[in-house]
Amino acid sequence: MREIDLSEVTEKIKETLIRINHELDDSLVTAFNRAKDKEKDDLSRSILDDIIQNQDIARKGSAPLCQDTGMVVVFAEIGSDLFYEGNLDEAINKGVSEAYTDGYLRKSVVNDPFDRINTKDNTPAIIHHKIVDGSQLKLNLASKGAGSENMSKVVMLKPSDGIEGVKQLVLDTIFDAGGKPCPPLIVGVGIGGNLEKSALIAKEAVLRDLDDESDNETIRAMERDLYEAINRLGVGPMGVGGETTCLAVKINTFPMHIASLPVAINIQCHSSRHEVIVL
Amino acid sequence: MTHHLTPPISIEEAKKLQTGDKVLITGTIYTARDAAHARLMNEKEIPFDIEGSVIYYVGPTPARNGEVIGAAGPTSSYRMDELAVPLMEKGLRMMIGKGDRSETFREKMIENHAVYLIATGGAGALLASKIKKRTLIKYEELGPEAIYKLEVENFPCFVAYDVHGNNIFKRSHS
Ligand code: SF4
Repeated sequence: MREIDLSEVTEKIKETLIRINHELDDSLVTAFNRAKDKEKDDLSRSILDDIIQNQDIARKGSAPLCQDTGMVVVFAEIGSDLFYEGNLDEAINKGVSEAYTDGYLRKSVVNDPFDRINTKDNTPAIIHHKIVDGSQLKLNLASKGAGSENMSKVVMLKPSDGIEGVKQLVLDTIFDAGGKPCPPLIVGVGIGGNLEKSALIAKEAVLRDLDDESDNETIRAMERDLYEAINRLGVGPMGVGGETTCLAVKINTFPMHIASLPVAINIQCHSSRHEVIVL
Repeated sequence: MTHHLTPPISIEEAKKLQTGDKVLITGTIYTARDAAHARLMNEKEIPFDIEGSVIYYVGPTPARNGEVIGAAGPTSSYRMDELAVPLMEKGLRMMIGKGDRSETFREKMIENHAVYLIATGGAGALLASKIKKRTLIKYEELGPEAIYKLEVENFPCFVAYDVHGNNIFKRSHS
């Protein structure tokens, strides 16, 4: 048994959320620069240049990267040999509340689908729990904006639709979304499970490291093919046309029913703000 | 081509803008998004001078001490399509947002000599650095969705839909 104090969780969540809303990961900045070098069109280049300049300015701390500082999503892996006193979700939400209030982030959460009253501190976070072996607490957290989330979807394909059916669905989804989800994108695809499982693994997929590739040969080939095919769509930065529509495609899979082929597509904008905390 | 514009924008100036052109705005623009648009529908009078005006679809983050505004990038414009028509009929000349809008709306824009500009989505810190002053106009209770008057300097946008019927989102798809 290992014991942790939940106040540590609150503190760490707060600090991380404020930081990721101001500083993008270096791998992403490298990808922006690479995209800009590839771009021949002045207008598309100019948009990529805005994105690069923006993260430079945000890093200095006067304002966050984007005004949509998102709703917080947390994948919590809780070691079965870990002990803590109190309520983990409360500790996480306290960290969210403090980050969004003290860190000058936008409170974008409303209480109810129809009353739509702002909860004033960006809580609750959406928290998914998994009990794993060991004595660690791993929190994979993201500030997810609505522009790209609104263009995401789950579709129940037929098993006979196969690889080509899945690819076509992804391409159609990205093409139809156009400039709305703020391309260049990171595209997370969840294949398998059931309705909710496909969506969960698609969300986990967008949170993978930018250069991470699937261990499965078929899936890795699909990730690469889709990356090329999406960029051939010509949607381009902010939808104005161009060479780069996506920076990466990540696919996660899960076993499923003999009669099902669920596919979830979770779209992540260029302002990809996430980090893994291990305590 | 790059245009330097100062609102109010005349119909003549609007006609010179072509899809894909860069526009740097210096002067006064107004903020309004979903909730403010809904409320404006019920107002007898628009609480600012609408003729030739520019509305920016934005809901910023709170300003840090000593800063004019927090991150202030554009929000998706399509949600404002229906509610923006009566404003164009009253003289609204330019809208700044992100993403495409409905075909019906685009036709209404042409009828009203209005231009739709996009600013780079997610460039909230960069765009905030071009905003020099902010004054509350109405609906303070809406928080980030209130109507503000912004004084901007070289605020960078691109012409998405011009008055001639061209569409930036169709540049490379055709
Ligand atoms: S889609 Fe992403 S970059 Fe665009 S406005 Fe939303 S959070 Fe910001």
